[in-house]
Amino acid sequence: MTDTDNIVAETAERIFTDLADAQTINHDKEGKWKAPLWQALTDAGLPLSWVPEECDGSGTSMAEGFSVLSVAGRAGVAVPLAETMLAGWLLAQVQIKSPDGMMTVAPANPRDRLTLNADGTITGRARGVPFAKDAKHIAVVASGIGGASIALVDASACRIEAGLGLADDPSDTVHFDTVKPVTMQSAPSGFDQNALLLMGALVRSQQIAGALETMLGIGVTYSGERVAFEKKISKFQAVQHNLARLAGETSAALAAASSAADAFSSGAPLDDALFLEAAAAKIRCSEAAEKGAAIAHQVLGAIGFTQEHILHRYTLRALAWRDDFGSESYWAVELGKLVAARGANELWPLVASR
Amino acid sequence: MTAALRFDPIRLPPECEQLRKEVRAFLAEEIAAGTFDPHKPQREDSDNPEFSKRVGERGWLGMTWPKKYGGHERSFLERYVVTEEMRVANAPVRRFFVADRQSGPVLLKYAPEHIKMDILPRICRGEVCFSIGMSEPNSGSDLFAAKTKATKTDGGWLINGSKIWTTSAHMADYMIAIFRTSAPTKENRRHGLTQFLVNMKKPGITVNPIAQITGQYEFNEVVFTDHFVPDDHMLGEIDSAWKQATSELAYERSGPERFLETYYVLTELVRAVGPEPDTRSAEGIGRLVAQLHTMRRMSVSVAGMLQAGKEPVVEASIVKDIGTIWEQQLPHRVRELAAFVDDSTSNHATLDEMLGFAIKTAPKLTIQGGTTEVLRGIIARGLGLR
Repeated sequence: MTDTDNIVAETAERIFTDLADAQTINHDKEGKWKAPLWQALTDAGLPLSWVPEECDGSGTSMAEGFSVLSVAGRAGVAVPLAETMLAGWLLAQVQIKSPDGMMTVAPANPRDRLTLNADGTITGRARGVPFAKDAKHIAVVASGIGGASIALVDASACRIEAGLGLADDPSDTVHFDTVKPVTMQSAPSGFDQNALLLMGALVRSQQIAGALETMLGIGVTYSGERVAFEKKISKFQAVQHNLARLAGETSAALAAASSAADAFSSGAPLDDALFLEAAAAKIRCSEAAEKGAAIAHQVLGAIGFTQEHILHRYTLRALAWRDDFGSESYWAVELGKLVAARGANELWPLVASR
Repeated sequence: MTAALRFDPIRLPPECEQLRKEVRAFLAEEIAAGTFDPHKPQREDSDNPEFSKRVGERGWLGMTWPKKYGGHERSFLERYVVTEEMRVANAPVRRFFVADRQSGPVLLKYAPEHIKMDILPRICRGEVCFSIGMSEPNSGSDLFAAKTKATKTDGGWLINGSKIWTTSAHMADYMIAIFRTSAPTKENRRHGLTQFLVNMKKPGITVNPIAQITGQYEFNEVVFTDHFVPDDHMLGEIDSAWKQATSELAYERSGPERFLETYYVLTELVRAVGPEPDTRSAEGIGRLVAQLHTMRRMSVSVAGMLQAGKEPVVEASIVKDIGTIWEQQLPHRVRELAAFVDDSTSNHATLDEMLGFAIKTAPKLTIQGGTTEVLRGIIARGLGLR
């Protein structure tokens, strides 16, 4: 469907094609497909894409890692690849080696705070943590008197309240009741919970854009097959214009997500312009998810509303991803405050800074 | 599955930043000298020949064209910077904008050498104004229904009929227009139209200004009565304007002017809410800025792909579709957000005045240069639906 930019993304694409066929997954109620898929992803080193080799990772570039995420978004599968990548990235900020197995990160909701106690334990509650129930380890940002720290926590040391997101993927509440981490390091200067949330927002933006690409593909293909009123429905102008709008929303999501990923990959400092890139990506991709999912369902009609059809694998996931690592409303308020604080005359210079 | 949509994350190259500083400094000087008022977008339509010449002197017209025609052989991305800075400042670009964006490139491609040598350097100096003769009283979006006729005569063509909604025709030196040179064929209803260069200062042309709902007079009716066009003013192949007219659209449709036309109300809203906005204002502004940023990234991406020799026709149509709808809705969103802002703030009168004008301008944005409906048809074709 899309030409891939690099060998890493091609590898990911091949694994998803071979082991995560949407039809097969959709009919496998027991989740038997998950273990072989995770094994293949692990064998290819993809979950630790963003972990340097000296920290036992694959040492893939940021840019290649982002392209893996857009492939994962297009495949819309329910394994914690993005979460493990994010956790590995977080740990690598302080050279903590990534362990084997599935990981996730906390906090994932901007309203939650994890506190680092004087005795080195962590206290607090993190809601909406994706795949916490499946993870062996959780990479954490906790704040104490001396500032933020990054810690590797054994998931079994936490009390995990299972929950499900819109797409029935795990979205759990993790209780840290004076949990002693496996290892911990002070975060680099300037790195805090917000930096993790921004990166998480960027990861979700890539996945949403990918899911929209698939929704567009499904919509276009279906409209060329379905006949109504003695014509393919793709020949109706109303349907054409709906799909054109879906293409527009997909384009906006792709452009916002790939621009932000590129900006983060360049290693630029986290200044206002970089904040704009990440916040705008999450805001615009989430808006596109809402509009795009609605159009895709409209084009598919009743069949797209069934469990049996694969469309919901992408639409519901894209809608669910809006909520992780700060919703579009949250980031819009943060961005709006930043713009207002800079003042009217500094708005255009910010927008035109790249 | 469908062909992939591409929006490469293009960045403006470093040389653009120096250029941007120069353009900003120039515009600041012009504002200080009273050439134009950035807070009066309604005056953007006024003709300003002197400003136009000074822009030419700076080397900011025909930026991408060959030096032998007065151009500067710079990149599309550099031109992009000049265009967006002028637009954001509400600078009076009316006189040169169409010539620089569209008419010059058409002449470069299709005009004979002596005409190129005559006209292109004058465009680069900011001396000439162009208009585009496409729509007719019974032919708008359906471009190929045009009836205005070019009849062969000794050494040229006689033009009879009329064009309408022709922007700037009242001040234009030239028009690039399509006229009917033969009937459409059964196989191809687009056949039979030819592109011509028209000298607006020659006899046989009457320009009747048409008042718009904004109170401005931007567009016109142009009536041709036995107007003579010499043979060498025919542009490209006879009867084949349809091939030519569609190939240039990516340039015309994806520029910053396709989402920045009402931008000034957003700046003014930020000024009105002040440094500590309430949650509602902050969220509203945040969303609008995120949408603006995304559109600019899409637009810069298309400019970069054009510079790299690609033909992102569908992507360009998407930029115009999303961009024009955004700039059309922007004044309405700003109006909502301004509803609870303290109206004793110093700029509220300015904001209200701007909103009034922007709301009146808004309807045209999704009509001019290709309607939303036409664009979505092009996008649908790109998706393989038609």
